[in-house]
Amino acid sequence: MIPIAQHIGAPAEPVVAKGDTVKVGQLIAKSTGFVSANIHSSVSGTVAKIEKTIDTSGYKNTCIFINVEGDEWLETIDRTPDLKTEITMSAEEIRAKIAECGIVGTGGATFPAHVKLSVPQGKKCEHLIINGVECEPYLTADHRLMLEHTEEIMVGCKIIQKATGAEKIIIGIENNKPDAIAKMTEAAKKYGITVMPLKVKYPQGGEKQLIKATVNREIPAPPALPIDVGCVVQNVGSTFAIYEAVQKNKPLFERVVTVTGKSVKSPKNILARVGTPLSHLIAAVGGLPEDTGKVVNGGPMMGKAVKSLEVPVTKGTSGVLMFKQSESVRMEENACIRCGKCVSACCMGLEPYLLKNLAKIRDFDALKEERVLDCIECGSCSFTCPAGIPITDYIRYGKATVTKILRSKK
Amino acid sequence: MAENRLAIAMSPHVHSNESVKKIMYSVVIALLPAFCVSVYFFGLNAIRVTLISIVACMAVEWLIQKFLLKGKTTIFDGSAIVTGMLLAFNVPANLDWWIIVIGAIVAIGIAKMTFGGLGNNPFNPAIVGRVFLLISFPSQMTTWPTPQPIWDIKALDAVTGPTPLGLLNEGQMVDYNYMDMFIGNMGGSLGEMSAIALLIGGIFLLIRKVITWHIPVAVLGTMAAFSAILWGVDPTKYADPLFHILAGGALLGAIYMATDMVTSPMTGKGMLVYGVGIGIITILIRTWGSYPEGMSFAILIMNALVPLINNWCKPKRFGEVVKPPKEEVKK
Repeated sequence: MIPIAQHIGAPAEPVVAKGDTVKVGQLIAKSTGFVSANIHSSVSGTVAKIEKTIDTSGYKNTCIFINVEGDEWLETIDRTPDLKTEITMSAEEIRAKIAECGIVGTGGATFPAHVKLSVPQGKKCEHLIINGVECEPYLTADHRLMLEHTEEIMVGCKIIQKATGAEKIIIGIENNKPDAIAKMTEAAKKYGITVMPLKVKYPQGGEKQLIKATVNREIPAPPALPIDVGCVVQNVGSTFAIYEAVQKNKPLFERVVTVTGKSVKSPKNILARVGTPLSHLIAAVGGLPEDTGKVVNGGPMMGKAVKSLEVPVTKGTSGVLMFKQSESVRMEENACIRCGKCVSACCMGLEPYLLKNLAKIRDFDALKEERVLDCIECGSCSFTCPAGIPITDYIRYGKATVTKILRSKK
Repeated sequence: MAENRLAIAMSPHVHSNESVKKIMYSVVIALLPAFCVSVYFFGLNAIRVTLISIVACMAVEWLIQKFLLKGKTTIFDGSAIVTGMLLAFNVPANLDWWIIVIGAIVAIGIAKMTFGGLGNNPFNPAIVGRVFLLISFPSQMTTWPTPQPIWDIKALDAVTGPTPLGLLNEGQMVDYNYMDMFIGNMGGSLGEMSAIALLIGGIFLLIRKVITWHIPVAVLGTMAAFSAILWGVDPTKYADPLFHILAGGALLGAIYMATDMVTSPMTGKGMLVYGVGIGIITILIRTWGSYPEGMSFAILIMNALVPLINNWCKPKRFGEVVKPPKEEVKK
């Protein structure tokens, strides 16, 4: 079961029909716009049906169901483990290849990679920043990737550099991964890449926060993008996928997923194909613990709780977390004591308590004035609130409504 | 089916485990060293006043929530206990029980519950209670027993004496032993005398992240700077900075009362403005006012300004200082 909407932007359009046979890596749904991405089959077999069903997002989306038969790959994919360091393609070809292979940001936001790498006319990419921070606590997928595929990531960096014309490459890694910092620094020497150890702090892996931490520049309020301050940011997972796409001609149909939880028997990082039901991953770490109260797709701060374990891994599934029953219950909501903890926790310099109050009284003009749209929904305010107020929920509501109002005005 | 039990909720799925209750009980713990010192100097009277005050505060809150609001009672969230303790720390140790109860009714009933309970009160309840008592019962509120160690037999028939600030207000320059003041061996309200005990509690609150450094540092720093200027002008007429910080309720106010989350500003910048304001007003009242101590009034005045400070001292929005994108620069 492979959903056709695995990225931000327009969903892809299926190009296969019921009864078709497909191979691993074959295009099964085509990108429908600039901000969209191709979807490839992760298995070989016959297309059983194409229909709407509840996917990982919790909404009904069109999914392509494939009956697995064997494991036959497209011949064009280079399956040898050899490292290919020579970059033969031109910048134009690289972007086309990345788009063709359906690469998206694998940190969780799933923004199509070729869009980010297309530097608009008149703008210049000075810094290419590679995110080795691990977007959220608990997740270790990128950490493992940096240890096990160090060289490939380096080549991936050079590929992106060629595509964007970036002058410098900086890889940001948090201090709590000294082994990855050591290994990456060693390997980075011969590629002329800088590895920068960063303070451990959530949300250090947010695009804006990472740019601030590495080159000390702040992106202005939306709709400004990283390129407006001369930066392009990619995740190490995406960088690895770009390497595989450009050098090995392999589309993005598998990714590393962290499967963990406090009572999980043997937590692991699993290389999983897109479309694998979460239940299979859970079985691989020793099964769903008895006391599980909630299963989350993604990280603990921004991930989504899933309703069913049969939903598939997507390109954006960075983790599968199993929370104990006791951890799944929200704390009782008390009165705000105006302690200001949310204000100091907010990485965007907003006043979450104020946004919450404004959302409650539905004052959307004031919400916009207080820059609710700047919120990156990192969840820090809810996390820190001693009164247990779900501040992030209120702000999301306010943000969504303000966005809707602005759209309708256009 | 295991799946049916899965909870669906919006992120974040983890919480810091901090709670209002934990914060309030941390303040109670932080006040214990000062309480022990006052028991040492004032004996059973200190325990009597503190207990009456706490019980009265909790009772008033319970009665109002139960019979007036007919809603949930929250007397065990710790906030009424904190108010009760702070009120007790701000009155003389020999105060009559019924005066304390009136103070509790004003503190909880008028200053807190009228505005909607915890989180909604613009003024610090304990200080409102204290100021009400000070204005209504001036003689009882300004007759302080002289501290005597608990085993001192004379403590039984309490001797009353002046406070350092009281003497200063009458124009006398007293030569106080700073070591005595630091430990708490001076006249004053129940829990305000011992600098060392209050500092220990303050450090605990800082470590527990219940308070930040901004308000105490701003209040005490401003008081020290302002009084240093006056002292520099005429050391025979004005007291020196150390005296001002150790005397009266400066430390109790700066560390425990001004930092009350509900009635202080939300941002670090706002807290500094607020603290500086308290420091200036305190010294002004102490030096030129008719009351010997100005901490309570200073905090109440600045409490009233908190909404304005919050409006004025916004946090720095992410991306604000950055030069606008190049196209805009060209224009």
